[in-house]
Amino acid sequence: MTIFQALIKKETLHLIRDRRTLLIVLFMPIVLLLLFGFAISTEVNNVRMVAVVDRHSDETRQLLLKFQTNSYFTFQGIVPFSEVEPMMKRGETDAALVLTTDNGRLSHQVIVDASNTNMAQTAASYIESVVAGNSVTPMLTNVLYNPELKSSYNFVPGIMGMIFILICAMMTSVSIVSEKETGTMDLLMVSPIRPRTIILGKLIPYFALSCMILALILTLGYTVLGLPLSGSVFNVIWVSLLYIVLSLSLGLLISTFADNQVVALLISAVICMLPVVMLSGMIFPIDNMPVVLQWISAVIPARWYISAMRTLMIQQLPLEYVITEVSVLAGMTLLVLGFAIKNFNRR
Amino acid sequence: MNLRTLRILLWKEVLMLKRNPFIPRMIVAMPLMVMLVMPLIANLDVKNVGVAVVDNDRSQLSRRIVADMSSSDYIAVKDVLSTYNEALGEVENGSADAIVVIPADYERNLTNGILPKLEIDANGVNSTKGMLGAQYAARSAMATVSAWRGIETSPGQGSTLNWFNETLNFRNYMIPALMAVLIIIICGFLPAMNIVSEKETGTIEAMNVTPVGKFTFVLSKLIPYWIVGLLILTIGVLVGWAVYGLVPAGSLGAVYLGAILFSLVMSGLGVAIANKSATILQSIFVMFAFVMIFQLMGGLFTPISSMPEWAQKITYAVPPRYFIEIMRSVYLKGSTVADLWTQYAALGGMALILCLLAALTYSKRN
Repeated sequence: MTIFQALIKKETLHLIRDRRTLLIVLFMPIVLLLLFGFAISTEVNNVRMVAVVDRHSDETRQLLLKFQTNSYFTFQGIVPFSEVEPMMKRGETDAALVLTTDNGRLSHQVIVDASNTNMAQTAASYIESVVAGNSVTPMLTNVLYNPELKSSYNFVPGIMGMIFILICAMMTSVSIVSEKETGTMDLLMVSPIRPRTIILGKLIPYFALSCMILALILTLGYTVLGLPLSGSVFNVIWVSLLYIVLSLSLGLLISTFADNQVVALLISAVICMLPVVMLSGMIFPIDNMPVVLQWISAVIPARWYISAMRTLMIQQLPLEYVITEVSVLAGMTLLVLGFAIKNFNRR
Repeated sequence: MNLRTLRILLWKEVLMLKRNPFIPRMIVAMPLMVMLVMPLIANLDVKNVGVAVVDNDRSQLSRRIVADMSSSDYIAVKDVLSTYNEALGEVENGSADAIVVIPADYERNLTNGILPKLEIDANGVNSTKGMLGAQYAARSAMATVSAWRGIETSPGQGSTLNWFNETLNFRNYMIPALMAVLIIIICGFLPAMNIVSEKETGTIEAMNVTPVGKFTFVLSKLIPYWIVGLLILTIGVLVGWAVYGLVPAGSLGAVYLGAILFSLVMSGLGVAIANKSATILQSIFVMFAFVMIFQLMGGLFTPISSMPEWAQKITYAVPPRYFIEIMRSVYLKGSTVADLWTQYAALGGMALILCLLAALTYSKRN
């Protein structure tokens, strides 16, 4: 066994020994994918509503029947107007339709619980469109690339962007720093092994683990979640590998700054995790942010990776549509890796 | 349980917190940062959605539809094109999020009483933006067409009342929930790190050989984070008031009662996880798994009512669900403790269970 192989074996043993962490690292992507795929939806598809009717007529009955049969609404019955506010305060209903008959003419008013703004807007427009019927002009709404409106299509790229940073940057930096803390790093440094070999020996097991997780996510994504499978999957794989290398270099860079595990954890959490979730466009659209934050988001690797993944995985466009993203990622990798190695050698 | 021992142990915790170069700063800086920056980011109030119009009609009406759309705040008409493929190209290169197709002879058919279909395609990749864009475009076109035909929709044009948040300000919706996020993160991770780092440095061995009872010891670990939780909430409430002008419509007491129960839940969970973990990395990863699930299933970003039945049942076991509901209801709707007693009771029960769990999982013989 060469020295290099021995180092890799040592690091692999380290990784496998901590069963619980390994289990979480492997299971978290699965749980997140399944939650996003089957549980969480940004679409408003269940509006609980009540109706307030001052005089019953055929017209009101027909109108309310439309709500009772519409799958987007849970019709909770007719209540007196004074009940609407207490019900909303207790969080028991989302919207109320008030129907009043004046001189034989039916008029209506929609009351929504606007404490949840998106829900309120959507609920109001659903109710209005049911009340108005199709009398004006029929509309045909399609959703491109994601005809069934699966939220997994939105979130899978985001989860990938987050998981790789978590595993590569956080675990690598903590593993190196804990060797510093226990003092075994000094032992390695005084041995005749070159620093380059030590670093590679550290990084390769984590690289392998990330590749396993990538395979896991892609398999799940293309089978259970039904992401569209096409030739672009090869592009997805190699862009992901590039991102994994970038995250590993980030981990290495953090480990050269941090002196103990807690600091390494906090730095990787504050620098990597929070911005990845918040600024990468995973949940909140980037174009919506103030310009300064949009600039900041430009230095976050996950932003470019997620945007590339959306284009390649969901829209399945060829590689030339992501040239900017890929070259930014490649440039960042070179820069971070260069810094990390320079810093590491200085020690 | 000995009160004097507890007091001394608490003093030790306070000293340790103070001595740490990082943690006191984090307790103050993080709520400030999150409260100041996050509302700017967490903005699902989408404006200026790019729309590409394919106008096959080229009539007065179709031009009016386009003109009305471009005058709306919410829609930016990027281009009026003649083929669908050109419009799709705009979506592919990212300059448009939705496509509106006006069919040929739209105006003539409409005048003759045939109802021609307007087609609206939303980009499903960034579904928030695409779907809202499609909705805005549909609403705008609907208004234009009905104004043009001069018809009143039956039964009359209605009005919409937005109760509890008249201006539909998305920040009012996010800010109370952000305080919950802060408590989740700080009161969850700090205790999870604290006990394990005592394990790693070995000082816990010294504690284990003393006659201090385990309830006293665990209480001394829980109480500081309880206070930290209230401190964070206070910072959050102050920033909410000073920067965003948001004050609870209900009573401040109701907010604090919820926060007390919720920080007990989180720190109990953190201590229990730390008791069962051997290394810092391990306890952070376990806590991280919980925090992720809490944030996703707690109804923070996505409505719980949109989840399928089985997932909604799971959320009953997710503590932040109750706290976020309490915060939003008290802040915006002015709900009282009596209105929300089920939520408070659920949180209280969970706090009790988790604190007991924290005490029971701690064992001196390890």
